[in-house]
Amino acid sequence: MEDFVLNPQDYKIINQHILQYQSMPGALLPLLHAIQDDLGFVPEIAYPLISSALSLSVAEVHGVVTFYHHFRSNKPGRHILQVCRAESCQAMGSEMLELHIKKHLGIDFHETTSDGAITLEPIYCLGNCACSPSVMIDEEVYGRVDSKKIDQLISDLKRAS
Amino acid sequence: MSIKIFVSKDSAALSLGADQVAAAIAKEAQARKLDIQIVRNSSRGLFWLETLVEVETVQGRIGFGPINPNDVKSLFDADFIKGAKHPLALGLVSEIDWLKKQERLTFARMGITEPTNIDQYIEHDGFEGLKNALNLDPQAIVQTVTDSGLRGRGGAAFPTGIKWKTVLDTKATQKYIVCNADEGDSGTYSDRMIMEGDPFVLIEGMIIAGLAVGASQGYIYLRSEYPHALKTLNEAIEKAKSAGYLGDDVLKSGHTFHLEVRRAAGAYICGEETSLLESLEGKRGLVRFKPPLPAIEGLFGKPTAVNNVISLATVPIILAKGAKYYQDFGMGKSRGTLPIQLAGNLKRTGLVEKAFGVTLRELLYDFGGGSLSGKPIKAVQVGGPLGAYLPESQFDTPLDYEKFSEIWAILGHGGIVAFDETVNMAKMARYAFDFCAIESCGKCTPCRVGSTRGVEVMDHILAGKDVEKHTTLIRDLSDTMFNGSLCALGGMTPYPVLSALNHFPKDFGVDVKETKA
Repeated sequence: MEDFVLNPQDYKIINQHILQYQSMPGALLPLLHAIQDDLGFVPEIAYPLISSALSLSVAEVHGVVTFYHHFRSNKPGRHILQVCRAESCQAMGSEMLELHIKKHLGIDFHETTSDGAITLEPIYCLGNCACSPSVMIDEEVYGRVDSKKIDQLISDLKRAS
Repeated sequence: MSIKIFVSKDSAALSLGADQVAAAIAKEAQARKLDIQIVRNSSRGLFWLETLVEVETVQGRIGFGPINPNDVKSLFDADFIKGAKHPLALGLVSEIDWLKKQERLTFARMGITEPTNIDQYIEHDGFEGLKNALNLDPQAIVQTVTDSGLRGRGGAAFPTGIKWKTVLDTKATQKYIVCNADEGDSGTYSDRMIMEGDPFVLIEGMIIAGLAVGASQGYIYLRSEYPHALKTLNEAIEKAKSAGYLGDDVLKSGHTFHLEVRRAAGAYICGEETSLLESLEGKRGLVRFKPPLPAIEGLFGKPTAVNNVISLATVPIILAKGAKYYQDFGMGKSRGTLPIQLAGNLKRTGLVEKAFGVTLRELLYDFGGGSLSGKPIKAVQVGGPLGAYLPESQFDTPLDYEKFSEIWAILGHGGIVAFDETVNMAKMARYAFDFCAIESCGKCTPCRVGSTRGVEVMDHILAGKDVEKHTTLIRDLSDTMFNGSLCALGGMTPYPVLSALNHFPKDFGVDVKETKA
C-alpha cells in the first residue's frame, strides 16, 4: 500500500525531534510542527515512531494529524499557495481571484500542479483583513492581490523552482 | 548625525511591500551618499497608508504614504528627509485626524517603538504596571482588574477580574495562564498587531496575571497563520528572560513565571477555550463539557485562566494608571476602550482604538471613509464569522456589548467587515453554514450535522427551489443549532444566517412584506 519509505535522513530527523520533544507536556503538536517544518509533511509511516515515544496509539496520532488543517500527511509541492476565503476577502472580490488562480494553475484546492511547483490550499483568515484580498505563499502574506499581481507571483514561483 | 527613517515591519505592511520600500530607501540613500538610519518599527495601524514612511524631524515624525518602491526616487528628489513637500506627504503623523481622534490605551506604543527593543518599551512606560502589581497582594490585583470593568476582549465579554478570582480562590499546587492567541475571526487583526508590534505588553500582562492568580507557567497558544508573530514573541520572551522579568525569580520578587509559545495548527474551533486546552494537551481540539470551568479544572486538569491577547495586553495600563483611569472610558457596562478593526470594502481600513460608545456609522464613514468601491455599503458583519450582518438602518448603534445584544448582534473581537451593494446575502448565509461545517469539531450533532444540512438547504434557496419552504427549514435548523449546540461555533452560526435572512430577504427570494411583518 504505502509506496513511500522513510529514507535514512528523514528517519534521523524524526528521531531527533522525538528525543527533543517527548518529555515536554502536551508534546504532540510541537513535535508534529517540528517534523512538518523540516520535511514539509508528517509521513504516515512515522506515526508508529511518534505514538510509541509519546505512549499514544497510532490512531490517536492519525486523529490529531487529520483534525488540524495545517498538518498534511502527503508531500506537498515546492511552494504552498494559500488563498483566503474569509468574509473580508470575499467583500473585496476573493471569489473571482480564487477562480482565476484555479484556472491559471489548472488545479483545485488541495491539489498540486503537475510540475510539483505549487500546492493550492484554502485558508480562513490571514489576519490581513485591512488589505484584502490576501494570499499567503509559504510564510509570506501578500495583500490587495488582484489577478495581475497573482500572475506575477505565480510566475516568480515557477521560475524560482 | 544620521536621519532616522521609520518603515513598519508589521506583516500587513510587509504584505504591501514594506521590505522592498525599505530596501529601495537604503539603496537610494547610499547612491546619494546620505547618512540615514532605517528603523523597522511596529505599525500605527493606518493600513490604508501603508507602506507608510516616517522621517524624524525636530517637530516630530513626518509621514509619507502610501509609498511603493517606485516612489522612493521621487521622495529623495523632493528632499523628503528634511520633511520637504511631496505629493504623498501627510504632515505630522500624530496630527493625522484618523489617528488623533482615537483613544489609544492598549495600543499606545504602536507605530512608535521597535517591537523587540526592551529599553524602548521601558522608556515608554513599560513594566510600570508590573512594578505596581509586585507591591500588591493577589487579591488587590484581582480587585483592581475587576474595578476597571475590563471584560474578555476575545468576544465572550466575561469580566476578567471575576474569572481571575475563581482561579485565585481554587487551591492547587500548579496553576496556568493561557493566552488565547488563536485569532481566527475574519476582519480581526488586533492580536496579531500587538504580538508583532508590542510583544512586551502581552508578556507583562501575563506576568501580572500569574501574580494575581498564583500561576507560575504561561502558554501563548498562537495560530499557525502568524509566523511573524511567532518569531517576534520568541525573541521578546528571550529578552524578557535575560532582563529578569521572566524566570524563577521575577525582578527578584521571589515569584516564578515561565512563558512559552505553542503553535496552533489551523483549526478555528481551537479559539474556543476548552478546545484550545485540549489542543495544548496534544489532542484533537474537541470541545469539553462545562462544568467544570477551566478556571477550576483547565489545562492538565489544573486551574487555568484563559484570556484573550487584548485582555491581557490591557492589564498593564490598568495596573499602571489605576482602575478608575480605565473605567472612566466607555459607556454602560462596557468600560474602557475597544481596539476596532476596520476591514473589507472600506477606503480607510485599519486599527481604531476608541472608548465604547462610538457608533458604527462614525466608524464606517468618519474613520472608514465609506466603501473603497464607491458603491453604497449594504451590510456590515461585526464580530467575525459568527457575528450578525447589520443593515444600514442599524448603523447608529453604539459599540456597547449590551446595545448590540438588544439588536441580536455581537461585538465579538471588534472586527468590522463592510460589504458594498454587490454582495448577495443569501450566499453569505450559505458561507456561514459552510464555514461551520468545515470547522466543526464534530462532537455535538446540531453543529456537525446542522451545518452540512444548512449548506444543502441554502443551495436549494439559491437555486430558487421551494424558497418559502426552505427558508422555514433554515429557521427551524437555526433554532436547533442555537439552542442545542455545545459551544459557540454551532450555537452562533444562526447569527449571520438569520440576520442575513431577516434584513435582506430579497436576496433569498422571499416576499419582503411577509418577512418584515
